[in-house]
Amino acid sequence: MTDFTQLGVKQIRDGVAGGDFTAREVAEAFNAAVAEAAELNAFIVTTPDHALAAADATDAKRAKGEELGKMGGVPIGMKDLFATKGVQTTAASHILEGFEPEYESTVSQNLWDAGAGMLGKLNLDQFAMGSSNETSYFGNVNSPWKKDGTNAAMSPGGSSGGSSSAVAARIAPAATGTDTGGSIRQPAAFTGICGIKPTYGRCSRWGVVAFASSLDQAGPMARSVEDCAIMLEAMAGFDPKDATSLDMPVPNWEAALSADLKGKKVGIPREYRMDGTDEEILKSWEQGKEWLRDAGAEIVDVSLPHTKYALPAYYIVAPAEASSNLARYDGVRYGLRELPEGAGLQDMYAATRAAGFGDEVKRRILIGTYVLSAGFYDAYYTQAQKIRTLVARDFEQGFTQCDVILAPTTPTASFPLGSLNEDPLTMYLNDVFAVPASLAGLPAMSVPAMLNSDGLPLGLQLVGKPFDEQGVLNAGLAIQNRANFNAQPEKWW
Amino acid sequence: MVSTYRIQGATGEWEVVIGLEVHAQVTSNAKLFSGASTAFGAEPNTQVSLVDAAMPGMLPVPNRECIRQAVRTGMAIEAQINKWSRFDRKNYFYADLPQGYQISQLYHPLVGEGSLLIEADEKAGIPEDKVIGIERIHVEQDAGKLMHDQHPTMSYVDLNRVGIALMEIVSKPDMRSPAEAGAYVRKLRSILRYVGSCDGNMEEGSMRADVNVSVRRPGEEFGTRTETKNVNSVRFVMQVIEYEANRQVDVIENGGTVDQETRLFDPNTGTTRTMRSKEDAHDYRYFPDPDLLPLELEDSFLEECRASLPELPDAKRTRYENDLGLTPYNARELTAEVETFARFETLLAETAKQIGKPEAKVATQVANWALSVAPGVLKSLGDEADPANATAEAQAKILAMQDKGDISGGQAKEIYEIVLKTGGDPETIADEKGLKQVSDTGAIEAAIDAIIAANGDKVDEYRGGKDKLFGFFVGQTMKAMQGKANPAVVNQILKDKLDG
Repeated sequence: MTDFTQLGVKQIRDGVAGGDFTAREVAEAFNAAVAEAAELNAFIVTTPDHALAAADATDAKRAKGEELGKMGGVPIGMKDLFATKGVQTTAASHILEGFEPEYESTVSQNLWDAGAGMLGKLNLDQFAMGSSNETSYFGNVNSPWKKDGTNAAMSPGGSSGGSSSAVAARIAPAATGTDTGGSIRQPAAFTGICGIKPTYGRCSRWGVVAFASSLDQAGPMARSVEDCAIMLEAMAGFDPKDATSLDMPVPNWEAALSADLKGKKVGIPREYRMDGTDEEILKSWEQGKEWLRDAGAEIVDVSLPHTKYALPAYYIVAPAEASSNLARYDGVRYGLRELPEGAGLQDMYAATRAAGFGDEVKRRILIGTYVLSAGFYDAYYTQAQKIRTLVARDFEQGFTQCDVILAPTTPTASFPLGSLNEDPLTMYLNDVFAVPASLAGLPAMSVPAMLNSDGLPLGLQLVGKPFDEQGVLNAGLAIQNRANFNAQPEKWW
Repeated sequence: MVSTYRIQGATGEWEVVIGLEVHAQVTSNAKLFSGASTAFGAEPNTQVSLVDAAMPGMLPVPNRECIRQAVRTGMAIEAQINKWSRFDRKNYFYADLPQGYQISQLYHPLVGEGSLLIEADEKAGIPEDKVIGIERIHVEQDAGKLMHDQHPTMSYVDLNRVGIALMEIVSKPDMRSPAEAGAYVRKLRSILRYVGSCDGNMEEGSMRADVNVSVRRPGEEFGTRTETKNVNSVRFVMQVIEYEANRQVDVIENGGTVDQETRLFDPNTGTTRTMRSKEDAHDYRYFPDPDLLPLELEDSFLEECRASLPELPDAKRTRYENDLGLTPYNARELTAEVETFARFETLLAETAKQIGKPEAKVATQVANWALSVAPGVLKSLGDEADPANATAEAQAKILAMQDKGDISGGQAKEIYEIVLKTGGDPETIADEKGLKQVSDTGAIEAAIDAIIAANGDKVDEYRGGKDKLFGFFVGQTMKAMQGKANPAVVNQILKDKLDG
């Protein structure tokens, strides 16, 4: 008997389409796996009926001989940052607890239209702010991975920690993520899975709870490059309801996948060789170069001189936008309302927001409010925007010498939960390699490379030119084919 | 020419400096960033989209029509149109502002510098035409409305108005008297209504002004200004200025200093009071809205905007004077309001057609009719008149009969009265009611012969040089003709017979 939970997106889709098994069988298997995995705390709510209904619809279509969608029969996890009609949508915050939207986000709707079903809403860092999935109001997410010889709970990364944990634990074949400054790539790297953040604008932001609008991008998280390509095709597309959406056709990435990199140049940015980077990470990077050379690519050195300013600039721009984006959670129209006895409007705001937001969210609102305030705006926000422009220009110049850039995804492997959360700055450093591509709006992907000496996954990052998801996916495929990463966490939940 | 308006203080004369920020609601069926309707007067919270209510994950998408209207308005004040502009967020918390920020344009407005002409009006204290500079026009979202009288301890919120497009039209501090400010608002309103970018309805709040006032010794540096918010009539704008200017002079002359602050106007008392001082001023933390790309206007769009502009008040007034030969007064009166010139131009065309003369030949007659005769008749009838009967066709018929000499001015009025009451055909009315003057020279000649024969002594006196007696003969003739003789014909025949 097939263990359906071992199957990925492509295998499920093709198996259902070919009549090897039914979508319902798959959905039932994953529903059961989700139900068993409560200890991972990957889901905030589960929606087995949604998954079953979608599966039945796919099976019925097949019975009638109709064409199945790109994701036909594939049940997925939905990061709880996407609004889902009639299903609680919280951004992992108390302030939205119990909120059931009357609308469906464009990306989730695209996935349902493509035949996918929903296993549930995945846990995340509150409002997608965090790198360890410890800021959720609904509790930490546990990584399925353990450091060899220890039983400490490990971080699945963040903010898409529910997504990474679920996919790595095989309780979902794939999941949506969102990436503002590494929130797809870093958790993917921590858990040995793939995740791609497409070019800014590829996926509609309509119906995605906003963190930092100029950076937020949705993308797929799955166990293979092919699965990411398939799912991204289903998610992406122009949306007139999002003014920053790219009005471009969605390429057939899956069909054009090729691991042959002959004639391609892979850039190695020298500024990513930072002090304090884990030796094993550097080793994996070297290995990545070898693999890509083996795939036919030429390896070239490139310089991205403003890299070291990217992280500080990010921690000005993102909180600034967040401080404004989160102003709407005021207790007036929906979500939490705290109305102390005798409270006026200002008191209600203060009480609601004090009770509703977690510490990290408050920290970023405070930072953002500060950097936008009179007298500081030019020193912080304006400067940060200039740096953002310079970072983007670095890439532009770098890409005159190469087709795709290879770098580590993170400076370290996963860490035990609780080990960094007293030290926000060290926590923020987790995204040091991820943030530059976010600031420049470029497609970027993490693919698993190897396990480190502690038995924890390490990821490699590929950054492409604007709109060149194909180049990123192809280089990712070349690594995947050579890394043969098939390690799985041992089931302890 | 410097305005002579001065505040007479205890220590001498003070000059008033005024700048206005006019908020004009853009005429558009849909809101600035959402598809929700903009109709006024709907049930509370029935015209609210998910975007307006600031639901999680909702995004603004600019409405092309609102941008178009603002661009056309900018063109109408001959302003620079910025082909590249950007939206900024103005952040503050209030229950009528669901997003927690207003999308506005601080750093890069859609429309740059322009100007507006206010016309000389001696009576109002504007001795000469004056050009008022306009600093900018930017586009922004309106807020909702709070209702404080619905519940003993709670306030209710109506979000219908949230997100409706406003143009904020910012003048330079170029006005020097309440009269100039009043003329500015009236002229601006007229232009907006010509362009069709705002209905100018101040009572419904479609147009409201923030009034900036300061005082100074004539010729000296600007003083500290106060800003009085949301003033919603021309009269109130003028009252605010008078009150504020005098208040500020009192403050200064009593040794105080004027605080830079935001004030509120109380229409019941005609006074202003502090709303918030500079210390309490919000820090709005403006920054570019990351949900929106910069607004880039294409040449073809600008060309379309320009091509769609109607003839504007100044051009129209000049044309009325130069081409139609109207007096400056008539030209100004007829061009002030959209409805007035529209009615006039329709009637003019119809009258010219019926009479068979060029418009310029009948324009003065039509203007006098439209500005004084017709409104007079309408007013005298009060409720008896059905304004729907005041068609251009009927009025043109009356004017044509008058032009031919078939009816007198008095008869024209009488016929028009009946037309307004009954909607009847003017020519039929004239026939049936005998409201026609006699131009038949035979009948008039006979009457005149009889009068001359009966008044030999007066004839002699007249011929002896007492010219004034001519009026006597006219009166006698008209009396004999029961008032229905064409005065021109009477005059001519009398002249021939008496002088001949």
